[in-house]
Amino acid sequence: MKKPEEILEYLNQKFGEDQLTLERGDIGEPWILVPASMIRDLSKFLRDDSELRFDMLMCLSGLHYLKEEELGVVYHLHSTKLDHYVTLKVRVPVEEPEVPSVESIWKTADWHEREAWDMVGVVFDKHPNLKRILLPDDWIGHPLRKDYVQQEFYQGIPTGE
Amino acid sequence: MGMLDKKYHDSNIIIVGLESALNWARKNSLWYEQFGLACCAIEMMATAASRYDFDRFGIIPRSSPRQADVMIVAGTVTMKMASRIERLYEQMSEPRYVISMGSCSNCGGPYWEHGYHVLKGVDKVIPVDVYVPGCPPRPEALLEGFLKLQEKITGETIIFKKNEADKKPETA
Ligand code: SF4
Repeated sequence: MKKPEEILEYLNQKFGEDQLTLERGDIGEPWILVPASMIRDLSKFLRDDSELRFDMLMCLSGLHYLKEEELGVVYHLHSTKLDHYVTLKVRVPVEEPEVPSVESIWKTADWHEREAWDMVGVVFDKHPNLKRILLPDDWIGHPLRKDYVQQEFYQGIPTGE
Repeated sequence: MGMLDKKYHDSNIIIVGLESALNWARKNSLWYEQFGLACCAIEMMATAASRYDFDRFGIIPRSSPRQADVMIVAGTVTMKMASRIERLYEQMSEPRYVISMGSCSNCGGPYWEHGYHVLKGVDKVIPVDVYVPGCPPRPEALLEGFLKLQEKITGETIIFKKNEADKKPETA
């Protein structure tokens, strides 16, 4: 069982010192900020390494940082074998919201990534079936973006009052 | 031997206006379309179950819009569902009635302001006869809605074609 700090140290030995950073909010567990290009290799390592064995993706969520003009993806991982947890975050600019898909590593990510695409518009690279999951296919925009403006009509039906 | 020799012995002829006979038949066999959209549907199911017992008013569920007289819109109508509701309504044969059950289908309910995905009232796509307020309405309220609808049917005529745009909605 490892703490997030120990996990970061362990990862640094493998991936080099200056790639990953540990960040901390006012409350809750710290998280590891990961460059988007690294996320797939890192995930594979986290899942397969004998000292980490993160075999479960508990949750994958999308975020919109309005001020920073960035989109974020948060990965909550758990190892059922070694019983430890870690949180990863990826941030990408709104103009180029491309993040490599981890669907090939944890199958859970399939629908979760589709939801993140549907709601905030993160584009998951190499996802096998990246289409909307909740909203209809011909919907315009991503509703959980903080600057979202709703379309006035959907198929001729008013969406407002 | 046959039916004829008995036919006029018992006084079994009833004379009644055609209109009231039709209305009487209609209002006592309100078959509704069996579908629910959200939490309100749970209360609708409770109304149909043994404690409140819809059946005693002749209100029974049908699985096809072709056989249904009344549509209970029980729950949140999403934008995705709105066009389907419209189609289901069009498939029902006339005379057809709509009961809008709960705040969601009356006006958008808890989603009235920030619910980008919710239709703000089912009356934007189909005409509604009775609005039942509540979130969710209790089974008694839904029953009251049906009683209101029965009242409404009692006053119907067949001489003037029922104009759906002129129908005055009721609130239970
Ligand atoms: S009116 Fe209330 S109970 Fe009924 S569907 Fe809407 S939220 Fe659920």
